[in-house]
Amino acid sequence: MKFYELNAREIASKVRSGEIKAIEVLEKTLAHIKEVDGQPGVLDGVTLSQEEENKVHAFIEVTESLARQQAEEVDRKVSAGEDPGLLAGVPVSIKDIFCIEGVRTTAASRILSNFYPPYTATTVAKLQAAGALIVGKVNLDEFTFGSSNESSAFQPCPYNPWDPSCAVGGSSGGSAASVAAYEVPLSLGTDTGGSIRQPSAFCGVVGLKPTYGRVSRYGLIAFGSSLDCPGPLARNAGDAALMLQVIAGLDPRDATTTVVEPSDYLAALSQDLRGMRIGFSPDYGHIAYPDFETGEVTYEPLQAEVSRATLDAAEVLARAGAEIVEGVPMPNSRFGIPAYFVISRVEAASNLHRFDGVKYGYHTSKPVKDLNELYRLTRAEGFGNQPKLRILMGMYVSASQHSANYYHKALKVRGMIRNDFVQAFDKNGKYAIDLLMTPSTPTTAFKRKEVFGNTVLMQYSDQMNVCANHAGIPAVTTPAGFDARGLPLGIQFIGPEYREDLVLRAAHGYEQATAEAAWRSRRPVVLAQGKEQA
Amino acid sequence: MGPEKITPEMFDRLVALAALGLEEGEAVYLREELNHQLAAVKELSEIQVDPDVEEKPHGLDCLGANPRKDEWVAFPNPEKIRALAPEIQDGMIAVPDVAKIGGGAA
Repeated sequence: MKFYELNAREIASKVRSGEIKAIEVLEKTLAHIKEVDGQPGVLDGVTLSQEEENKVHAFIEVTESLARQQAEEVDRKVSAGEDPGLLAGVPVSIKDIFCIEGVRTTAASRILSNFYPPYTATTVAKLQAAGALIVGKVNLDEFTFGSSNESSAFQPCPYNPWDPSCAVGGSSGGSAASVAAYEVPLSLGTDTGGSIRQPSAFCGVVGLKPTYGRVSRYGLIAFGSSLDCPGPLARNAGDAALMLQVIAGLDPRDATTTVVEPSDYLAALSQDLRGMRIGFSPDYGHIAYPDFETGEVTYEPLQAEVSRATLDAAEVLARAGAEIVEGVPMPNSRFGIPAYFVISRVEAASNLHRFDGVKYGYHTSKPVKDLNELYRLTRAEGFGNQPKLRILMGMYVSASQHSANYYHKALKVRGMIRNDFVQAFDKNGKYAIDLLMTPSTPTTAFKRKEVFGNTVLMQYSDQMNVCANHAGIPAVTTPAGFDARGLPLGIQFIGPEYREDLVLRAAHGYEQATAEAAWRSRRPVVLAQGKEQA
Repeated sequence: MGPEKITPEMFDRLVALAALGLEEGEAVYLREELNHQLAAVKELSEIQVDPDVEEKPHGLDCLGANPRKDEWVAFPNPEKIRALAPEIQDGMIAVPDVAKIGGGAA
């Protein structure tokens, strides 16, 4: 076994026991990042050599000195007999949307390319307090606006470790790629409409979107404030549970964090799947897509291998003792993307108005005649197409003459979507399921440049994920094999609010039941082992 | 009936309200994408919703902590915040004049 294959719990255990020093973990991690990551994303990009075309490019910045300070502190605590924390010596990458005091935080946008926050996000502070080594900031779609990472102002964007010509998904694409390429065992991402789960599925890792309010948003640069959820990406459910244990909980600095106490997520994994009722819905069995001229929606089958993987997983779960419940209706899931197009854009437009070149961030260097011109030029030069488009869409659908048909209607539809889940999870209802199981994505990873530019098609790649965000409930994606091109397949478990323990238990149970499957031994082609297997 | 379309005039008005500036090619692309997105949300405007259905500002009924007390708490290092501003004058963040209306004083 290669050192980089150790999972987070194994690393923490070895560091806590003194078997290995945190500084040694860091040195090995930095060496591996250097080997596989290649050119980090930079503003305006660079021309890549042929060799660089087979690198991952997950990082915008490797924070070596910060990680070194943390490693030294962990080792000091171990030597002194003090508790070094649950994540002692575990390398973690951070999506570059979370503020870390004194560390450049860009949101992958030119407008924040010179922003050094004066404070640290609660989630990052909790990771640091638990002994994690923050090894760097990883790339994302600009302000999280996208599903492939191609919209980042920092290029090259991350490449898929299983096939570098393919997209990593998004927006937490750097997080997913860094975990998939074994650069780190854990990454902190965010999920507003699938932004943890879709890239996790594309890159073959576990990604958890917690219940809204389970994890603090303080210090997270906001996209959709009623939807944003920070959460873990890992290579297995146990590591995701460990990270959630550290970052979950009430935060006096975020009034939307919940007073409901977190569960013992690691302990939940010791329970098997016997008696668990897992539902299937025909409403998650196709791809919806609108005609641009008529607005009419057409439906097509999912990629066959995606459907097959989900059915195969159901059989595995049934053999492990779960009860599969078919035909669970989710009739309003078809409105998930249209409602998301409206709600998320209105909230994004509101959140993006703060970037004006006055208080922080990019500031036009051109002469201006007044304040309005300063705003206009700064925003014109500082924002890429995605933020501009989201501002325009958000302003249009929330304008007084349109809001009844769009924004206010979308808020009602959100309630209808949530009600589908409430009825399905109702213990006295017809279906009384514990979890809903779906494919994680309609297709496996698409090629880079294949979808980018078509903002509607890109958004529809999140259609399996977005309803959990509308309903505010937890969902996890876990790897479920590979398609014929060698790209990862994923399955998703969606659970009732505050039941992260249940979705993690299902993901863990599936991992256990497939532990000996041949596909579990595959490695990404960016690793030497993966090249040998290819 | 087809989906709503944003005309070039409406688009220019939106761009101005958003305090954005766009180059010509960028404007063409963004207006086209905006119209595609409106096609994608067309079915939303046509859904018949029971009048009893409430708007949900959050999907989940909030079980959050109560809003914190409306008390001023000093940031420990205000100079770190000021240091982020592109222009500082006498310890204050400096901005150009606001737009002049009718040629009068700002």
